[in-house]
Amino acid sequence: MAAAIRTKFPVLRRFSQVIFASFSSVSSPLRHGDYEYQDPKSEDEIVNITYVQKDGERIPIRGKVGDNVMYLAHRYDIPIEGACEASLACCTCHVYVHDDYSDRIQEATEEEEDMLDMAPFLKESSRLSCQITLSKDLDGIEVTLPQATRNFYVDGHVPEPH
Amino acid sequence: MDVKTGYVAGRLAFRGVLCRISGISTAAHCHAVKKHSCETVFKFSQRSLYQTSTPGQHRWFCHNSTPGQHRWFCHTATPSQHRWFCHTSTPGPHVCIVGSGPAGFYTAQHILKNHKTARVDIYEKLPVPFGLVRFGVAPDHPEVKNVINTFTNTASNERCSFLGNVTVGRDVTVAELRQAYDAVIMSYGADADKEFGIPGEDLSGVYSARAFVGWYNGLPQDKHLAPMLDTDTAVVLGQGNVALDVARILLTPLSILKITDITDHAAAALETSQVKTVYIVGRRGPLQTAFTIKELREMTKLPDCRPLLDPADFAGLEDKVKSLQRPRKRLTELLIKTAQTGGATAQEAQRLAQATKEWGLKFLRSPLEILSSEDGSRVSGIRLGVNQLEGSDSSARAVPTGETEVLSCGLVLRSIGYKSEPIDDTVPFDSQKGVIPNEAGRVTGCKGLYCSGWVRRGPTGVILTTMTDGFETGKAVVDDLTTGILQPVGGVRGQEWIQPLLQKKGIQAVTFEDWNKIDSEEMMRGEKVGKPREKILDVKEMLQVAQS
Repeated sequence: MAAAIRTKFPVLRRFSQVIFASFSSVSSPLRHGDYEYQDPKSEDEIVNITYVQKDGERIPIRGKVGDNVMYLAHRYDIPIEGACEASLACCTCHVYVHDDYSDRIQEATEEEEDMLDMAPFLKESSRLSCQITLSKDLDGIEVTLPQATRNFYVDGHVPEPH
Repeated sequence: MDVKTGYVAGRLAFRGVLCRISGISTAAHCHAVKKHSCETVFKFSQRSLYQTSTPGQHRWFCHNSTPGQHRWFCHTATPSQHRWFCHTSTPGPHVCIVGSGPAGFYTAQHILKNHKTARVDIYEKLPVPFGLVRFGVAPDHPEVKNVINTFTNTASNERCSFLGNVTVGRDVTVAELRQAYDAVIMSYGADADKEFGIPGEDLSGVYSARAFVGWYNGLPQDKHLAPMLDTDTAVVLGQGNVALDVARILLTPLSILKITDITDHAAAALETSQVKTVYIVGRRGPLQTAFTIKELREMTKLPDCRPLLDPADFAGLEDKVKSLQRPRKRLTELLIKTAQTGGATAQEAQRLAQATKEWGLKFLRSPLEILSSEDGSRVSGIRLGVNQLEGSDSSARAVPTGETEVLSCGLVLRSIGYKSEPIDDTVPFDSQKGVIPNEAGRVTGCKGLYCSGWVRRGPTGVILTTMTDGFETGKAVVDDLTTGILQPVGGVRGQEWIQPLLQKKGIQAVTFEDWNKIDSEEMMRGEKVGKPREKILDVKEMLQVAQS
């Protein structure tokens, strides 16, 4: 029926073309993280990662080799901020890495450690997720989101999570 | 998408050439919309059609009856006068934000995400958005400005509008905004700076760091600062990140600066600058510095530059360091390491020995008087009072010992903090703290009035502190709208109510699309000279480009 309308009423066809075209051309801002939006091409590429939310909810994701843990979280709407877009200028992508895997990730650079200084609820296992790239070695990795990404109470008061 | 339902009761929904001209409708229930909102995907289902019977002016309305998603299309069949407007007819609440820096944008982001029909209008006194991200972040820190992409995303939301070149408190009053909007959020930050109030503070050669930053970052009001850089010694009073920023800009080789978005006149002035030594002076000790490790590390790595830290200032700290919290611990360790003269490796030692410029930290010193040259024409030095510390850690207090000393210099930059000012008589303001009194972002005693960012909690913190704060105020607004504490009013609202007031005063608001034109022009000019952008410094010129 759609086809019938489109041929019988050229105006409607043009109209629908305009709408389709504009829908597909809605521009997205500068996109780092395009790679993470591509699906894995084969089972060999798959790296399983579980994101554990603040409330304990576990979200298993099938990532792939080369995926950036922060951008992968963005793809699946996991609430990791990433304000500075992986340029080591903030600590909003702070996560805790499961003990079994912390040795398998590349050690944090001085720059990453400097930014981690600013993250509240810092632990031994703290890392910036924008600096972690998935490899086969990390299959089964778990990262946990902290209670907050920026504590602005200088006296150490902890705000209620909301 | 099911286009076949764009079509009801066997009647043709559209006729003639389809084109899109956005405009402000005079009908009370329509809103001014941006061109691209008409391109938004809409769902057709259960529409009703309506036609006026005025010959030659048939109007067709298509109305999606899904609550909260009503859209009206108005189409004149008169050739060459086809008009579309896209309008949500369920009156979503209208929210207004004053200030388009990080506070304004993060608050807007939160409201748009968590309230499905609210319309958010962001007002800004300059024609250009982004506040301190554009005018505060140093030119050699472009990665910090990546947040602009998030803000641009927010501004592109069809329920969000940017209105630049509108000064709230002058072009439109807060009372008028509160009439037009269901919620008004003050996010206008702090554009004044704290002063010492000591003699000589107004001598030539003494500037606020805020103005110096505005000068090299292209803030229109600071473009004529013309700081006197014909001296070999500069003193920065204050030990926060802004103090390090200005010191670093004074000492960074021009080859690095001139490919950033630093303003042309600042680059030219720095090229002929004679400043070789910069002292950064604080009234308390090394454990009370307000700067953070990333910025300190940058100072230690400045090319052609040697640190002048007195090891005596750090005597006895090695032990204390072990018991400090991680951030303060790492920062102090770096200070101690930097104070060890000679450098860690032979290569480093050589680099330091060959350096032609220097930076140093002086502790436990408060400025008592700024001294002038013999002819009184400019600053020649500062009389500093020597302090001792009472108490420890962040609550330590500087207490004068009575001893004083003089530090010679030809340039003084005062960097002891920014300061907010009241915007309007009707908005409560705590002059002592320099903030708008509030609870969780709700202005005390003023229903429907909120605040976020520096004007809410004081002018400290980095962009992401403001992000959390913006989200908190955003939540207060969304909660109040959803629980009914704020009752949205119908009728002509929001910018449609405000625009006629502006037009009467001859003020043309700058839209986000207009900003895109300014943005493109700046980037184009920058490309010609090998910079990411060449900022336009003149408001009139910005408006010319915006309206071209």
